[in-house]
Amino acid sequence: MSDRRTICVNINGKAYEREVETRLHLADFIRHECLLTGTHVGCEHGVCGACTILLDGKTARSCLMLAVQADGKEILTVEGIAPNETELHPLQQAFQDNHGLQCGFCTPGMLTTLLEFLDENPDPTEREVREAISGNLCRCTGYQGIVAAALDAAKRLQAGT
Amino acid sequence: MGAKMFGARVSRLEDPKLLTGRGGYTDDMHLPEMLEAAFVRSPHSHARIKDINISDALKHKGVCKIYTASDLPDYLRNTTVPFQVPNPAISQPFQQRLLEDREVCFAGEPIALVVADTRYNAEDAATLVQVDYDILPGAADCKSALEDSAPLCHVDSPNNEGAKYKVGYGDVASAFANAHLTHSEEFWIHRGGGFAIENRGVVAQYDELDDVVTIWSATQSPFLVKQNVVDMLGWESDRVRVIAPDVGGGFGPKTIYYVEEALIPLVAKDLGKPVKWIEDRRENFLATNMERDQYWDMEIAVDADGKLLGVRGQMIHDTGAYMPWGIISPYISATTLPGPYVLPSYELETFVALTNKVAVTPVRGAGRPQAVFAMERLMDRAADKLGLDRAEIRRRNLIQTEQMPYALGLIFRDGKPMTYDSGDYPKCQEEALRLGDYEGFRHRQEQARAEGRHIGIGIANYVEGTGLGPFEGATVRIQPSGQICIYTGGGDSGQGHWTTLAQVCADKFGVGVEKIDVQKGDTGKIASGVGTFASRIAVNAGSSVHLASNEVRQKAIKVAAHMLEAAEEDMDIENGSVVVRGSDLSVSLSDVARAVQGMPGFSLPGGVEPGLEATHYFSPSQSSYCNGTAVVEVEVDPDTGHVDILNYSMAHDSGTLINPFVVDGQVQGAVAQGVGNALLEWMVYDDNSNPVSTTFAEYLLPSAPETPNVDVTHVESPTPINPLGVKGAGEGGTIPAAAAIISAIEDALSPWNVRIAAAPLTPSMIVNQVRAEKAVA
Repeated sequence: MSDRRTICVNINGKAYEREVETRLHLADFIRHECLLTGTHVGCEHGVCGACTILLDGKTARSCLMLAVQADGKEILTVEGIAPNETELHPLQQAFQDNHGLQCGFCTPGMLTTLLEFLDENPDPTEREVREAISGNLCRCTGYQGIVAAALDAAKRLQAGT
Repeated sequence: MGAKMFGARVSRLEDPKLLTGRGGYTDDMHLPEMLEAAFVRSPHSHARIKDINISDALKHKGVCKIYTASDLPDYLRNTTVPFQVPNPAISQPFQQRLLEDREVCFAGEPIALVVADTRYNAEDAATLVQVDYDILPGAADCKSALEDSAPLCHVDSPNNEGAKYKVGYGDVASAFANAHLTHSEEFWIHRGGGFAIENRGVVAQYDELDDVVTIWSATQSPFLVKQNVVDMLGWESDRVRVIAPDVGGGFGPKTIYYVEEALIPLVAKDLGKPVKWIEDRRENFLATNMERDQYWDMEIAVDADGKLLGVRGQMIHDTGAYMPWGIISPYISATTLPGPYVLPSYELETFVALTNKVAVTPVRGAGRPQAVFAMERLMDRAADKLGLDRAEIRRRNLIQTEQMPYALGLIFRDGKPMTYDSGDYPKCQEEALRLGDYEGFRHRQEQARAEGRHIGIGIANYVEGTGLGPFEGATVRIQPSGQICIYTGGGDSGQGHWTTLAQVCADKFGVGVEKIDVQKGDTGKIASGVGTFASRIAVNAGSSVHLASNEVRQKAIKVAAHMLEAAEEDMDIENGSVVVRGSDLSVSLSDVARAVQGMPGFSLPGGVEPGLEATHYFSPSQSSYCNGTAVVEVEVDPDTGHVDILNYSMAHDSGTLINPFVVDGQVQGAVAQGVGNALLEWMVYDDNSNPVSTTFAEYLLPSAPETPNVDVTHVESPTPINPLGVKGAGEGGTIPAAAAIISAIEDALSPWNVRIAAAPLTPSMIVNQVRAEKAVA
């Protein structure tokens, strides 16, 4: 039986109030109700990490949560990372400068995962970066560019550039 | 004049969009009134369908229509997927029907298509479709499938042999008769799928006003999709447009045309509303083509110096239940085996077995990693038996530069005699050995063993035919605004074509790459195309961009000469303007483009054709042959079977580099897939060929901690086959990876004399082999 609730979720600083089915998962809510399609769905069983978002500042797999569980919460998706329309966040810029992406499908989850990680660990080792993204699958890059980007971003963020 | 773009480490134009969530992938499309589709697929590997009942499903909320084979128009009920690449060696080229209602031959074969208002409702209703099956035994393992007693993959066929062929040259019999040493061994090599992080997906919309169906598909080959939809559905070519939007990884399986790509447009036209189908990961495991098993039963003959005399054997290839891409993968395997070596005689008989599994079609590397694995294992064996160093036996057999071009004596997949066009194989091997400090390794190994650690080094060489024809075209057009646009047919699934094709074009007009727009993968933008596979875009589309840019450049100069009343030979193009050298006279490309738009009633300047544009379809005379060497150092824990890749070095020759930054990324990513093939990726089936590993928790992809950094060095041997000297670069990293990694593991375990003849090699296999050898000792 369909069971609908009205929820209000703040995504990237904007409130989205929608009536949704209680079974709707959060990734589908973000993508198809709020039309923020930057968050990607790769496996829908919590392994690939492409759908990773920041929920009240903490990473979460949006394919493993229901939209109703996010009622009243604050979400940051890939669309909300850059400071403005024309500039990239230092982490995003580091991805471009280190060839940290190819097809771009896993990238949103990599970025959100690394945002949280670099916040907690501003001066990581390569091994720590690799562990941090061990729950995010990338099939294109062999991770080398991603790891280089994360280490480069750490430096840029520490230098405040 | 700005910095030279061709050959520069330019960062990618694609990135800002993809980094900010503004990419446009198939599932990102939201069209007004769009419906969503879900498939009912066979849960059995082999079964006869007795009855399909959709009545309960039809009552489900939101359901719009349900299609089974009997709901299709009469002419489509028994239509099968067009056979792409016929070959006389194929005796049973089974192809899939749009929807099956008689005999399903793999778990995942589509039986019904449910269209509803939402995907949730479509999936719910799909579970209510009742299909009554008579379960049949399945042809499972490809080796046993060829035995007389095996269950039949298709009940009406005489046996499970889909194709059989022999390749070879030279006098193999006397090579073996006169050999100093021979060695025979059987190898099992398994490769999994592409497993792009984005699954497949199709959106279709019928525009009644224009009578055109537009299909957006997560494909590598929009033109192949169009051609097949047109052939299969009998629609007029002008009434179909196929667009590959941003595609989230391809790796081969998205090259191939699938029935979903015809069904979704068919029902969108029928219903008069846009329809979307997005494959979920389970469907991807079940119904997206992959590579799988090959068994190689091989024998090598060498002389006392370790020089190759001959290789012979048999290979069994698992092709699955259908053959949409014919025998391309196993044929490439068979012709890849000789590799970079002077191999005087060779004979391989290949048996292609039909099994009740999803079709096997090329995955990155396309049959080559398996062949390289078999050959490189044989080289290691010969070295070990002769007491030669593994690198040394290879060095003694490598084709020398003065032997180029080198005719192999085989016919390649492109129908042309295999002639290696260029390459410096000895240098590549030397470079890789230097990069991996091969010379210092035995010392490192002694030290490690003194510490109780087991490290090993492995080496593997390969040659890869790349840049396959027939063609990939490009239109280069300078708009009256001055914008330079490139249009090309192949889709981009992460390769960075926008950047690299812009690099080929930019220098011709003295502009930076950011001034150039590349529109790819849209059958509405260029008349003909093929697709992004077989490491072919740099060669084919790159050469076409080069030729078309040159023509546009000449045309711009001709028109400008007319406009400025100057001599063409005095003119050049700098910074987006045509200039007269040694003067301040110039005219912008924008003004030239405006001039050749024409003015009503007046002739075009210089009598040129209208439009500042040119189209070329470069067609290579044969494949260009890329090569490389991988040297890998590993540490193995013999008690747990854990393998740590300590150092991965690769010397790679893909000819001239358009963008080393992008090529490095291609090599690194390709190596990671080879790591998966060596150690992790295993599509497991039960004895009745039902898939067992259908999640990423069961089928393991390489993740960041176990994937090594790759030290890449480029040897650039430009090919004479195309004007840029480029060869394909997308697959080379994968091809020698499993061979080199397994060789290194074997070397690490040499105290126990472990011999490995299989990939992937799981920790438990390592532990068991060490235990078995210990027991023997």
